[in-house]
Amino acid sequence: MSTETSTPTPAPQAKKTNRLGLELASYRGSKTTLCAGCGHNAITERIIDACYEMGVDAKKVIKLSGIGCSSKSPAYFLNQSHGFNSVHGRMPSVATGAMLANHTMAAIGVSGDGDTGAIGIGQFVHLMRRNLPLIYIIEDNGCYGLTKGQFSPTADLGTKAKNGVVNDLPPIDTCALAIELGATFVARSFSGDKKQLLSILKAAIAHRGTCMIDVISPCVTFNDHEGSTKSYAYVKEHDEALGEVTFVPFFEDISVDYEPGSTTEVTMHDGSHLFLKKISEHYDPTDKLAANRLLHETSLRGEFPTGVIYIEPDKDDFLTSLNMVEQPLAFLPQSMTRPAPSVLEELMAGLK
Amino acid sequence: MSSPLATAAPAESSSSQHVVNDFSISVATVNGSGSQTANLVLLRAIFQMGVPVSGKNMFPSNIAGLPTWYTIRANAKGYIARKKEIDFLVAMNAETAREDVLSLDPGRAVLYDVPLKLNELRDDLMFYSVPFDKIVAEVCPDAKLRRLVKNMIYDGVLSHLLSVDLGEMVEALSKTLGKKPKAMALNQAALEAGAKYAQEHFAVIQHPYRIQRMNKTGGLILVDGNAAAAMGCMFAGCTVVAWYPITPSSSLPESFISYMRKYRMDKDTGKATFAIVQAEDEIAAIGMVIGASWAGARAMTSTSGPGISLMSEFAGLAYYAEVPAVVFDIQRVGPSTGLPTRTAQGDILSTAVHSHGDTKHVLLLPASMGECFDMAGDAFDLSERLQTIVYVMSDLDLGMNTWMSEPFTYPTKPLDRGKVLDEAKVRELGASWGRYKDLDGDGIPWRTLPDTGTPSYFTRGSGHNAMAQYSERADDYTNNLDRLSKKFDTAAGLVPQPVIDDVKGAKVGIIAYGSSHWAVIESRDLLKDEASLDTSYLRLRAYPFPESVDAFIRRHDRVYVVEQNRDAQMLSLLRIDIDPALQTRLRSVLHYSGLPIDARSVTQSIVAQEKQ
Ligand SMILES: Cc1ncc(C[n+]2csc(CCOP(=O)(O)OP(=O)(O)O)c2C)c(N)n1
Ligand code: SF4
Repeated sequence: MSTETSTPTPAPQAKKTNRLGLELASYRGSKTTLCAGCGHNAITERIIDACYEMGVDAKKVIKLSGIGCSSKSPAYFLNQSHGFNSVHGRMPSVATGAMLANHTMAAIGVSGDGDTGAIGIGQFVHLMRRNLPLIYIIEDNGCYGLTKGQFSPTADLGTKAKNGVVNDLPPIDTCALAIELGATFVARSFSGDKKQLLSILKAAIAHRGTCMIDVISPCVTFNDHEGSTKSYAYVKEHDEALGEVTFVPFFEDISVDYEPGSTTEVTMHDGSHLFLKKISEHYDPTDKLAANRLLHETSLRGEFPTGVIYIEPDKDDFLTSLNMVEQPLAFLPQSMTRPAPSVLEELMAGLK
Repeated sequence: MSSPLATAAPAESSSSQHVVNDFSISVATVNGSGSQTANLVLLRAIFQMGVPVSGKNMFPSNIAGLPTWYTIRANAKGYIARKKEIDFLVAMNAETAREDVLSLDPGRAVLYDVPLKLNELRDDLMFYSVPFDKIVAEVCPDAKLRRLVKNMIYDGVLSHLLSVDLGEMVEALSKTLGKKPKAMALNQAALEAGAKYAQEHFAVIQHPYRIQRMNKTGGLILVDGNAAAAMGCMFAGCTVVAWYPITPSSSLPESFISYMRKYRMDKDTGKATFAIVQAEDEIAAIGMVIGASWAGARAMTSTSGPGISLMSEFAGLAYYAEVPAVVFDIQRVGPSTGLPTRTAQGDILSTAVHSHGDTKHVLLLPASMGECFDMAGDAFDLSERLQTIVYVMSDLDLGMNTWMSEPFTYPTKPLDRGKVLDEAKVRELGASWGRYKDLDGDGIPWRTLPDTGTPSYFTRGSGHNAMAQYSERADDYTNNLDRLSKKFDTAAGLVPQPVIDDVKGAKVGIIAYGSSHWAVIESRDLLKDEASLDTSYLRLRAYPFPESVDAFIRRHDRVYVVEQNRDAQMLSLLRIDIDPALQTRLRSVLHYSGLPIDARSVTQSIVAQEKQ
């Protein structure tokens, strides 16, 4: 990636560090307990890379999840950040509460396709609708990993589970849903596509609002068989990349040489730039209708587009709409949260 | 009818006897007919005359059309529990009028609308008939408004019949409508027209019930428990509220919103020092509260039984992960559909052990308006001190009805934010700190908050060791559970302690809590006066129970546990926790009609059981 070559202040140390002077290792978490080869582990690695490359201050990040193999992964990245493995399908509410308490934090939420599409679909809907600043990652394997392979709501129609049961319900397209509901950054990627996933995650870090990223993440134990659209083999064949995603953070002031007309450039909330090389002359990722049409048409062909599908960089987010004081609510002193005795007197007088 | 005044001679109150400042009025109307203003004006006028009074609304789960009864009790001695018997019926609802009249005791009085012809039903009651439609047509030219204004006419009539000062009524009216001159003028005219009609038609006879000025309400306020709790939360420094509408809880967060908008906007910036979110359901509401508390805010939600059920899974997480959370449970009868507007103390047992696995929770049990206010503050302090979920167990009777109260006292104790590590404390503790380590011997660990420069940790349910590391070891789990028990023992000493009134020589004790308190204090007087039975009294104010509860039971031969549910929930909880040798001393007084408990019922039950 073109952006990786230049760092503003070359670190004096021998070891490679980012703009905060931190090494990649400081963005790691505990050792994973997931299966070897699980797509979720690759996503963890990309989250670590993205935070490192963006020079994210891990102390200003909270990481949250629901329940599932996928939801275990916040323990495996950003050890410096406070993390919360909450309850199945309800991470959005916990994340919302935490962000109300401290709106200056950045939040990364990790969910599964069962955690999001089944038990958590209600909270997912309202999270998207609120446009809470949060990176919401669905580690999408089309099955319930942790409970041993049952179908999830993103399982393929007609697919057969190990016990022979056939799934006869159509899958939910979480990207289409997120766009419809008001998410302002919607992307799909593949756990095995290092380069694309990294760029998307970096762009998500620069975005203010809900970033919904559906990452196809094969479950090597229960759903990597032939015919599964969430298998490594299938994705490699049917992934219709929307073109190259290139992200240039605000602190990397370099010009990118793209032919006008073939590239869409989006200026992000923090001044970063997102370059999307077009697959089609007509595709505009800021056009909601076009995004919906794309998802619909590709799904009819049994393909799925990857890349940044929809982006709305300037919409007000939920926290802004609450008009809160600048200081986090969590740390307001008593002088700001307990009104004076005269207020109680006034209230009491009104009730006499 | 020739005369509006039926001539039946009241059986009890002969013409020379009046009942002064000791009776109950029941106004039977149709829900949505706008009677609430009229009822509050009557209540407030009596209050302004210095007579202790209470108001209870028996309303249906409906926006308009179904019957509703508003009961006002005036009592010189200051008893403010519901009175079982109705003394004065205002029958405005054709649908229920017949049954309402037939259920009265002989000698009682009835005010009714002429077309209802209620005087034909009985000849042992005092009847007053009033041509409401005719009077309202004269004072209210706009036909659309008549339905609403009509109710003020019975207030006017009652001012004459009950000797309630009309000036006090006008003043009470201006308290609610003073800022709307048009509505004020219209309602005042109706009030005066009612009074005039009564003077002209009912002047010749002695009326059996009277309000006489006293000085027993000076300095007091009138308020409902949900408003009191909302104020309590505001002064407790609450910053995050997430809620989902449900009767009888909604008016708590709704009152909170209006107080916060007025009094908690930052003076310098005009911005909010709070965030209030109407969540998509109660699961999301408690999730937000737990998330906010975990990140360091003072957060609460308010709900009723059905919402408590939905919050159950999260409650367990808060217990095991040791995250503070404040939950108001404004109890009503179960289940979700049925009688959502009827009161009960029916969530005690399920909330004490809310969720799955081994859980035990702190419950606070407010009995008065003052406690609804104070215990809001206690709940936040305890929840942060103990790092656990705390429930404030109010109910519909406390939350939605109008109660007299001493004005609330400004909290002088600084907010107790509990054991939160700051950088200095981190240095002091050094390597000895672990998120779930009991460093102080009280079972309460130290926590850190994001964004404070202190060490991070990963929060999960029970699968952790004292260092908050992932662990599925049996000993880590057991040790953690045992520490949580120890923390609960610590809680017993920190929660509001019982209020005990030991009567010398009394062999019988009473234990009650919450809104049952008012019927119990009245019943104790009745037991003494009518059955010569001395009783001691312990009012529970929280769960877990401190040692003093065992001691109280030990001092008495028989202890009656009075509560408003069918299955003796608090008694069951006591049985689990007290010395097994004391269990046989416990007896039960249960009230579960959906109406607030009354002293007569308590007395009858205790007298009957004492005879056995
Ligand atoms: C209330 C509740 N019901 C059921 C479960 C059991 N459960 C744990 S993980 C899981 C499914 C997880 O699937 P998914 O979200 O797709 O994550 P994956 O394991 O595939 O990454 C279920 C059903 C639970 N933890 N909580
Ligand atoms: S079961 Fe599947 S989803 Fe779970 S860790 Fe193993 S490969 Fe990953």
